[in-house]
Amino acid sequence: MSKHLNLTLHVWRQKNATCDGKFVEYPAENISPDMSFLEMLDIVNEGLIRKGEDPITFDHDCREGICGTCSMVINGRPHGPKERTTTCQLHMRSFKDGESITLEPWRAEAFPVLKDLMVDRGALDRIIAAGGFVSVPTGSAQDANALPIPKENAELAMDAAACIGCGACVAACPNASAMLFLSAKVSQLSLLPQGQPERYTRVRDMVAQMDAEEFGTCTNHGECEIACPKGIKMENIARMNRDFIKASLTYRPAVAGGGGAG
Amino acid sequence: MELNSRIPDGLNSRIPDGPIENKWEKHKFDLKLVNPANKRKYKVLVVGSGLAGGAAAASMAELGYEVECFCYQDSPRRAHSIAAQGGINAAKNYHNDGDSVRRLFYDTVKGGDFRAREANVHRLAEVSNNIIDQCVAQGVPFAREYGGLLDNRSFGGAQVSRTFYARGQTGQQLLLGAYQALERQIGLGAVKMFPRHEMLELIVVDGVAKGIVTRNMVTGAVESHVADAVCLATGGYGNVFYLSTNAKGCNGTAIWRAYKKGAAFANPCFTQIHPTCIPVTGDHQSKLTLMSESLRNDGRIWVPKRKEDCGKPASQIPEEDRDYYLERKYPSYGNLAPRDISSRAAKQACDEGRGIGATGRGVYLDFEASIKRLGQNKIEERYGNLFEMYERITDENPYKTPMRIYPASHYTMGGLWVDYNLMSTIPGLFVLGEANFSDHGANRLGASALMQGLADGYFVIPYTIGGYLASIKPGSRIKVDDPVVKATEQSVSGQINRLFSIQGKQTPDYFHRELGKVMWEYSGMGRTEAGLKKALELIPQIREEFWHNLRLPGAGEEVNQALETAGRVADFLEIGELLCLDALNRRESCGAHFREEWQTGDGEALRDDENFCHVAAWEYKGDGNAPVRHTEALSFESLHLATRNYK
Amino acid sequence: MSVAEQSIAGAEARGHGFMASSVGRKVVMAGTGIILFGFVTVHMIGNTQAYMGAETFNAYAKFLHSMLHGGGIWIFRAVLLAATGLHIWSAVTLTLDNRAARPVGYRAQQNVASTWASRTMRWSGVILAAFIVYHLMHLTIGNAHPNFDHANPYANFVNGFKVPAAAGFYIVAQLCLGLHMWHGVWSVTQTLGLSHPRYDSLRRNFATGLTVLVVGVNITYPLAVLTGFIR
Repeated sequence: MSKHLNLTLHVWRQKNATCDGKFVEYPAENISPDMSFLEMLDIVNEGLIRKGEDPITFDHDCREGICGTCSMVINGRPHGPKERTTTCQLHMRSFKDGESITLEPWRAEAFPVLKDLMVDRGALDRIIAAGGFVSVPTGSAQDANALPIPKENAELAMDAAACIGCGACVAACPNASAMLFLSAKVSQLSLLPQGQPERYTRVRDMVAQMDAEEFGTCTNHGECEIACPKGIKMENIARMNRDFIKASLTYRPAVAGGGGAG
Repeated sequence: MELNSRIPDGLNSRIPDGPIENKWEKHKFDLKLVNPANKRKYKVLVVGSGLAGGAAAASMAELGYEVECFCYQDSPRRAHSIAAQGGINAAKNYHNDGDSVRRLFYDTVKGGDFRAREANVHRLAEVSNNIIDQCVAQGVPFAREYGGLLDNRSFGGAQVSRTFYARGQTGQQLLLGAYQALERQIGLGAVKMFPRHEMLELIVVDGVAKGIVTRNMVTGAVESHVADAVCLATGGYGNVFYLSTNAKGCNGTAIWRAYKKGAAFANPCFTQIHPTCIPVTGDHQSKLTLMSESLRNDGRIWVPKRKEDCGKPASQIPEEDRDYYLERKYPSYGNLAPRDISSRAAKQACDEGRGIGATGRGVYLDFEASIKRLGQNKIEERYGNLFEMYERITDENPYKTPMRIYPASHYTMGGLWVDYNLMSTIPGLFVLGEANFSDHGANRLGASALMQGLADGYFVIPYTIGGYLASIKPGSRIKVDDPVVKATEQSVSGQINRLFSIQGKQTPDYFHRELGKVMWEYSGMGRTEAGLKKALELIPQIREEFWHNLRLPGAGEEVNQALETAGRVADFLEIGELLCLDALNRRESCGAHFREEWQTGDGEALRDDENFCHVAAWEYKGDGNAPVRHTEALSFESLHLATRNYK
Repeated sequence: MSVAEQSIAGAEARGHGFMASSVGRKVVMAGTGIILFGFVTVHMIGNTQAYMGAETFNAYAKFLHSMLHGGGIWIFRAVLLAATGLHIWSAVTLTLDNRAARPVGYRAQQNVASTWASRTMRWSGVILAAFIVYHLMHLTIGNAHPNFDHANPYANFVNGFKVPAAAGFYIVAQLCLGLHMWHGVWSVTQTLGLSHPRYDSLRRNFATGLTVLVVGVNITYPLAVLTGFIR
């Protein structure tokens, strides 16, 4: 059986969005390598509560790598050192005894810190609300098999749709850009026939919302792709750019339809 | 103080007359409609944004109602429906293998061990096909065959291939479909979304649900929201076991508060233990991770025949020394036996000392044969992400060594009692998805939870809510400064202050873990009268200690995750007791509820249809008073009440 | 804060045009980048005539000045000036946006995928801009040249590089150009959406090949002068 670990945590503590924050040091002792990273923090927190101190606030929920809630920068890397792994699925066996670990929140103007390591990622929801959907009211769908979709396109769409909206791409990007997130949704829907009618308005509207949220822009560093726990590829950004250019070249202002069918 | 009973014995389920195939069609016609111009005058609150809540909020907003939607997560996209892996059932019969609405209906009733309401299940099977159509139209990337048509896989408890899937992320993709529909309505201003808001109380005025009280989890503000109807879609209470496959935040608070305001709680003892989860590694464990049941399509479950072999690596145990116990006991369903049966069989093997892994609580799920037959590529294509996840968590490569799995608390069939319209015993309070009790009886089949959540949200509530709202005068909503509203709000603040005032020594999680140990030990996969009575002694003791020895840091007017947990644990400490009480009173074994006193000679569940072919719905009678058990008789007109047999 | 409190409006409603949008400005940067890289490549090819002697080289220069009755070179210059202006404008505005997008940085910043080239685009760009000004003053206008002769570009070329400092700056600028091109050429394909999984590996190789060719050949000029190969 592997040995237990003793670690030192340097954690960003910030009371709320308006207060200034600072790093505080905490020991994490007698940590089993089989623990998940969040279970390690649970133990630290229970110790803090028993001592009457304020526990470290961090977002988490499903703890199985799919909900996208957990979000922290561990030693300078969103979700920590292991590729294609969310913080909740990172295990302590990835760390060495005696190691110092720095924990910081996602850093972006668009993601204000709410407390400690918890940030507000509502900007990502608003980008989806601006156009990341197919307008199909409940009940208006045709038979599911009426529209065959080449398997390859369905698979590519699924690759893009795997995004969990955690925001690690934004956190990793030196420019705090949300292009990988945005392009994953645009790509998914562009690759499918269902997404065609709104294909070009969607990309314009979503990009406009992204800019309004004050995310940065893509300078093709590729940090997002490496940080993404679901392996979303940068080729989605290229695909999105292609759609955006076409959308801008062919854009016509909407003409108000007059009259009715009296 | 004793409340007057609002609940008549022989609860009125409002099942429409007529042959089962026509009930829903007829009912939809009979339901009153709300004039399109009047719809915007009605406000509906939806609590929860998962498959049921998200779909309901979006669909009702599309109809024109004013909708407000609440979730405790930071985004509606993170509701725990997202974690469902395997798939969603529908009676499309695209594969020409003999499926039909009636067969899906039959399989679901049988899978639930004849403890579900026929009419509800038939409706579920009917709308299952519309769900697939709707989701495909939204751009959900279901798996497809080379011809471009939809692919299906098989799931436990069925002999047809009717499960639609999107790799191992079906729940995620379906939820994102509903989430996108919801975000579209938010963008249009038709839904107002309240993320990071937790419902802490139901506002009931003259016996009718009129709103909710929430706590803003960022500012700590306690706020009231009033409306013409309230829909709870807050999921199950599986976290009462502490360790479960639920998300850490999943809780029973919303339905429990509704119960304490007069909504009957039905069949709380029907809790499902999922057979294929990654085993516990130590005391630090905070949750259990499910490995999709779909793995049982290609994986074979076994333990060593002899105890002595348990310590050896799997590769050193020759074929003839392996006991493929599911294939042996249930030859026609084999590894695809329903969840309750598979779970109990695993427990039995471990109880016999033949469990594997460090704790001895585990069985093998072995893909060697399938990899030989289909090649590693095919297996990777089907389950790649699940295998990856397993390796990340356990540090073992399941392509080389068999997976280790063990059952874990997963889903709760029980929930608030609802009638055919999904309305609880409190008028104006509707309950959707896992939060209600209606469709799965004593056991839920795989890939049916997604189906039920979306059926309720997309295709049932949009109709039935109209029938209710049509009976209310538009614009007659109470005001937020109504004395009843203010009093409810104050009770919430009072509860929060009470939690802070304890100033004891122990963390909220400590009490949750203690409760979980009792629940798993005495009310888990096997239940006995003595064990349940023991649990009913222990739970109040833990509760007592909780209210005397809890320690909360910080204050209520800020982000305070310990406070959130404490409130949920306080309710779990009561839910657990009702669960055990219900289990004690249901003197039979059915589905996932296994009372060891009632079993056949070869260890199968022994149902008592004469005395227990009913729904047990509990009515709250005030703290310190015993709740009252009401019943709704179940009649099987369309199907024969038969002994479940998967041999 | 609830999502509904924030405004969500379509691109039209916000009056958000192509040139104002982040992606639009990226496209401007990529498009002008193609013009500039294209020019650099043609410039490099044209200058190989220095190896063919003074006569050929001066004839080439004369040809450039007499295209379209002397208007050709001005068309070129106008296009290049506009491209450079737009390139710098998009770079400056995007950089400011990007700085604002992360007001607080990380204490333990770790770069995994980004390259030194990608992270220093702004600096290599600034050096290149300075170099272009100097290069024009040195070999086009001549006011930064020791003994400039409008009639003899070949002599200007040889004499100019005989000054070690000038040659040194030229070489340093070429290395910056290399960094800028290597990330820039690949980046252009990404920004303009010229990607397909089948050709993805080609994009990097193309960027590397073009960069090595242009920079490699360009660096030979001062070296050839300094070593006396060209005199």
